[in-house]
Amino acid sequence: MSENSLAIRKFSDLANPTRFLALADRVLPWLAAATTLFFVAGLWLSFTTEGDYQQGETVRIMYVHVPAAWLSMMCYTVMAISALGTLVWRHPLADVSAKAAAPIGACFTFLALVTGSLWGKPMWGAWWVWDARLTSVFVLFLMYLGLIALNRAMDDPARSARVSAVLVLVGFVNIPIIKFSVEWWNTLHQPASVMRLGGPTIDSEFLWPLLVMAVAFTLLFFTLHIAAMRNEIWRRRVTSLRRQAVRNAGREAQAL
Amino acid sequence: MMSHAAYVFASYAVAAVTVAGLVSWVIGDGRARQRELKELEAAGIRRRSAEAPGGAGR
Repeated sequence: MSENSLAIRKFSDLANPTRFLALADRVLPWLAAATTLFFVAGLWLSFTTEGDYQQGETVRIMYVHVPAAWLSMMCYTVMAISALGTLVWRHPLADVSAKAAAPIGACFTFLALVTGSLWGKPMWGAWWVWDARLTSVFVLFLMYLGLIALNRAMDDPARSARVSAVLVLVGFVNIPIIKFSVEWWNTLHQPASVMRLGGPTIDSEFLWPLLVMAVAFTLLFFTLHIAAMRNEIWRRRVTSLRRQAVRNAGREAQAL
Repeated sequence: MMSHAAYVFASYAVAAVTVAGLVSWVIGDGRARQRELKELEAAGIRRRSAEAPGGAGR
């Protein structure tokens, strides 16, 4: 067997929801345990490291705010890749993945907005300003809500899949806007200090808790995403079984 | 004016409540769907494609 066809077979193996369910069952306990461990370590670091000489204690808000904001963008990126999977490769799990990710992304974006606001009040003196970074993240939050509403409004997953995939891809333009908003426009929000060319500019006292919390949040995302995908597969099975039951009942009624 | 510690506490409290809510929603949703699948199976409705590879999921 050539290497290429083996790769295609592997890919289609993963596309089989039954195999995905078996894989999820095996992986989820480990992922959940790793998430818990990283959160314990991350929270311990968050509260035992020093405060900032200017921000004081409020620097600890960053250990939740920054990972939540990163994850809000990563989740949308996962949805955009899934949307490509739906439109280009017609991968059977792609739509399941995009649908399962939306509520999780909405929660992370909500967290980034609320914790940002709780940091902004003591540090900037304002809960909210309409600068480019804050506004573009707020738009991301609205897009998540819109996609959740669209997914819920359409009963037939086969039909809603393509519509929401196109919408997700159009909305992806917002992700680079969020990332570079602090460079393109004059914002109150500070520019990047960790993920930037030339390396992080923040002190290791703050970098460590931030990175451990970022790993914890990422693990949390993947745990929840896989579990939510499993739920979505189950949901679709229930729907198709109910339809099957109705068809069978109709056939029996005709036979009588 | 709240103290700085109050803002930190509020941030972690909101984060804890949001994450706990999300986790319990995902677990609850999963349990409800599994219960429905078990009920359907108990009623004798099974997936025709259960054994065939590639035909599962819908």
